[in-house]
Amino acid sequence: MWAGAVACSIVAASLARGPVAGQAPARASKAPTTATAYTMPRTPDGHPDLQGTYDIATITPIERPPQYGGRLILTEQEAAALERGESARVARGAQPSRGDREAPRAGGNVGGYNNFWIDRGDRVITVDRQRRSSLIVDPVDGRIPALTAAAQKRNADRRDPSPDSNEAQAGESRGAFDNPEQRPLGERCLLGFSSTSGPPTLPNYFYNNYKQIVQTPGYVMILNEMVHDARIIRIGGQHLPRDIRKWNGDSVGRWEGDTLVVDTANFTDKTRFRGSGAQLHVIERFARVDADTLLYRFTIDDPTTFTKPWTGEYPWPATDQPIYEYACHEGNYALGDILRGERLLEKEAEEAAKTGKTGAKR
Amino acid sequence: MHRSLLTIAGALGVATVIASVAFAPVSGQTPAAGQTPAARPAAPRPTAGPAQTRATARPYSPPRTADGHPDLQGVYDTSTLTPMERPTAADTMSEEEARRIEQQTAARKERASLPSNASRQAPPVGGDGSTGASGNVGGYNNFWIDSGDTVVVIDGQRRTSIVVDPPDGRIPRRPAGGRGRGAAAPAALGPNSDAAENVVTAARGAYDNPEQRALAERCLLGFGSTSGPPALPVLYNNFKQIVQTPGAVMILTEMNHDARVVRMEQPHRPANIRMWLGDPVGHWEGNTLVVDTTNFTEKTRYGGASPELHIVEHFSRLDDRTLLYRFTVEDPSPNSPWTKPWTGEYTWRLAAPDDHLYEYACHEGNYALGDILRGERLLEKEAEEAAKQR
Amino acid sequence: MHQGFSRVVLALAVASTVAVLAMVAMPVAGQGQAPAYRAPRTPDGKPNLNGIWQANNEANYDLQAHMARPAMALRAGPYGPLPAAPVLALGAIGAVPPGPGVVEGGDIPYLPAALAQKKKNQDNWLTSDPEIKCYLPGVPRATYMPYPFQLFQSDKALFIAYEYAGAVRNIYLKDPGPAPVDSWMGQSVAHWEGESLVVDARGFNDQSWFDRAGNFHSDALHVVERYTRVQPDVLNYEATIEDPQVFSRSWKISMPLYRRLDKGAQLMDFKCVEFVEELMYGQYRKKPLSQ
Repeated sequence: MWAGAVACSIVAASLARGPVAGQAPARASKAPTTATAYTMPRTPDGHPDLQGTYDIATITPIERPPQYGGRLILTEQEAAALERGESARVARGAQPSRGDREAPRAGGNVGGYNNFWIDRGDRVITVDRQRRSSLIVDPVDGRIPALTAAAQKRNADRRDPSPDSNEAQAGESRGAFDNPEQRPLGERCLLGFSSTSGPPTLPNYFYNNYKQIVQTPGYVMILNEMVHDARIIRIGGQHLPRDIRKWNGDSVGRWEGDTLVVDTANFTDKTRFRGSGAQLHVIERFARVDADTLLYRFTIDDPTTFTKPWTGEYPWPATDQPIYEYACHEGNYALGDILRGERLLEKEAEEAAKTGKTGAKR
Repeated sequence: MHRSLLTIAGALGVATVIASVAFAPVSGQTPAAGQTPAARPAAPRPTAGPAQTRATARPYSPPRTADGHPDLQGVYDTSTLTPMERPTAADTMSEEEARRIEQQTAARKERASLPSNASRQAPPVGGDGSTGASGNVGGYNNFWIDSGDTVVVIDGQRRTSIVVDPPDGRIPRRPAGGRGRGAAAPAALGPNSDAAENVVTAARGAYDNPEQRALAERCLLGFGSTSGPPALPVLYNNFKQIVQTPGAVMILTEMNHDARVVRMEQPHRPANIRMWLGDPVGHWEGNTLVVDTTNFTEKTRYGGASPELHIVEHFSRLDDRTLLYRFTVEDPSPNSPWTKPWTGEYTWRLAAPDDHLYEYACHEGNYALGDILRGERLLEKEAEEAAKQR
Repeated sequence: MHQGFSRVVLALAVASTVAVLAMVAMPVAGQGQAPAYRAPRTPDGKPNLNGIWQANNEANYDLQAHMARPAMALRAGPYGPLPAAPVLALGAIGAVPPGPGVVEGGDIPYLPAALAQKKKNQDNWLTSDPEIKCYLPGVPRATYMPYPFQLFQSDKALFIAYEYAGAVRNIYLKDPGPAPVDSWMGQSVAHWEGESLVVDARGFNDQSWFDRAGNFHSDALHVVERYTRVQPDVLNYEATIEDPQVFSRSWKISMPLYRRLDKGAQLMDFKCVEFVEELMYGQYRKKPLSQ
């Protein structure tokens, strides 16, 4: 995806979903069942071959919108309606700009990415032939479990935005532009936003949702398109010592039958996925469903943060599109300008206060 | 180095030290017999090494390394009472004369080793006007000094100088005023590698910048060309260590722990790669290790030479306890400080088995350089204030 | 990436593509003599290059033979160059270690104007070297940065992850055609020639450098790399560099790369972006740190 242009603007978060309707509750898929006579491709050492490039974008949200109640499975009509709605939105966004429109209001949101940039998927996920209303399958209500009291207190004491938040979420709190460290990791080009690199690796509902998997006998490498993060998963062995922490955690993999199980710990306290901390523990399962699809399943096991573990799953469809370089920091004029702009506003407000005029308002 | 010095080995670098030129007076009487140095080729042609020349006279068969070359390895003491240049007309001295000099030296050391007089007065402010290692307000006393107890003996001859060619035992310097030393050593450059530490004490502005101080005072190299090449005996820390491998011969110079790595049978490095001790490459000629060194920097300027300085050294064994070290010096540049190439030789004596080479840490305890500059700034400030009040 | 977007990029890139195509006929230099060593094979019969590798040389300081220098950023002193004020505090740690050079023949054949630019780069190193800002290293510099890299080789893919800046390169095994857009790490296509993996890399932007001495290239850069396992734990690495906008002819660097045999050898996090924020944005803090 696009290199260099980063991080500036208002991004639709995973919460901002279109209305989704449905009817039948369902349990999560246990394992990729082989309904057809599918021959698993294997690497020379006999394990399922998971390699390829995947476009994981989807319009199915992580958490189930409340209107579905506990219902995981959408009707075909509901799913089709959602997809049509998305297509229509894209079509509208792709209209030529009006050359005679007025300039945006001074001080207002001048707009960031237009439709050209956005590549957030246009499909509702299908798992076990079920069209799904959320990635989360456990708890059955499709919602992230409540935070523990300790986690709530911990997070309340945190001044800074949660780094897995999208770029816009960090803009409201007072003093949020005082230091670069207070800006979201995506804006700082340290990680992609919305846990795109993970783990858990989630669709970011915006752009750059590609993954590439390379398997060697000792390792599985998963490249995250956004901010070119290569997760290197060792097969077998122990976790690193507790004092070695990694941005994407320390991942150790093993094969359980035809499923790659990846256990990740040793996170830093910089990512803080969904209010968690360095104690985050993620178990991921990668299984090949068919020639063009992996099923990715993740379980969040962090009793220091969540009142119970939770699990989500969604398919990774293969693509034959190449991944282009995602250079972010190299062209990140935004971060400096965001801070510089705030300093300018402060200065203007100060001067306005001196001259008795109403200060500039953000 | 002397074991007695070990405990204070780290605290170097201070003040006024005499260089290899300041030797006890040596006189001689008997002219060199038989094989006069002059009879040997003086030019730096690594063909007729002294060991080969002497092979007929002394059928010594050196111990050998596994690859069949003479084994030169060991720790050597290169200190000597014989000066670089001959103070008299004689090439050699009698055994009696040599013994007398050595006894005088021993007696002087014994005197100097007596306990200090605790009731003596403090030295006068600004020094007593004397110079040398223990002059002025006092630098090194006898405890520190380890400049040899014996004269050089080669071929049974007690030598009155290290220089053997020209036969007068004097370095063939260009006359003052001609090309050479003056021209080769612009004032903008600091003292040469063979300078003593106190060599520029009197020069105006000599304390303006650290780069103007002697290399030894800056802990960059030992003074008096102790590391060389040519490697010369100096006031103290005269030990060398040689380690031989098939591809390289390592020569450690004690003072400033400089390891010269002589690459065997290799071409010199490219001309744009210059090295503090030059780029030494070696080969064997019979039982002699011949080392050819070029690619010097303009920082050392041995004897006022240009970076084109070219040194050929011959290392050979005289017996199980003695190496003969011979060197020929030339500067092919028009600014050569010498009228012609010249040659010197002296012996490296195997150190006693219990006499070890200890760490020479210099820079790490070099309070002197900063204090020397700081002192000068203080003097200037005092002078300025005195001028104001006048 | 988005297919529609891809098409736009391709359209934008047409002009440069023409230039790239003009270079396709470049002779591939650097075939060394056939190595006697035969590397262990992957199941598909290719030399197995998997592993964590690292150069052990001074190439990243200066590709060419060089003596030690007081610092990477210098200023004139009364007796020669001295460390520039911003790096003075680093002392010996900020010095440039000497190196015998990795350029075959020693010379980098700069065109006259480019040579002047190289000198300018070196003089302005402190504000110009992309490494200082943690920018992606480009090729071949990524190979000899003082950080390990891990090569992933399967029957379907070749991928290199570099510890420095978390840079990555997917090495195509099948040529996808001209790179649709220039990039820092370029577009790489590999094939095997006996014991050697030959990587043809193009599609670079003009932003990366070759070393801390200001050696540089334009967006016409074309690099042909050869990775040859010559011992169990040694790769021979060669890179032939062609850039007609900067060099009068192609030239070559070569060096061994060593397997990291350390216990627990692994690629660790080096997201240096975080470390340069103070340098790049510190002045825009609400309360700038004192200098």
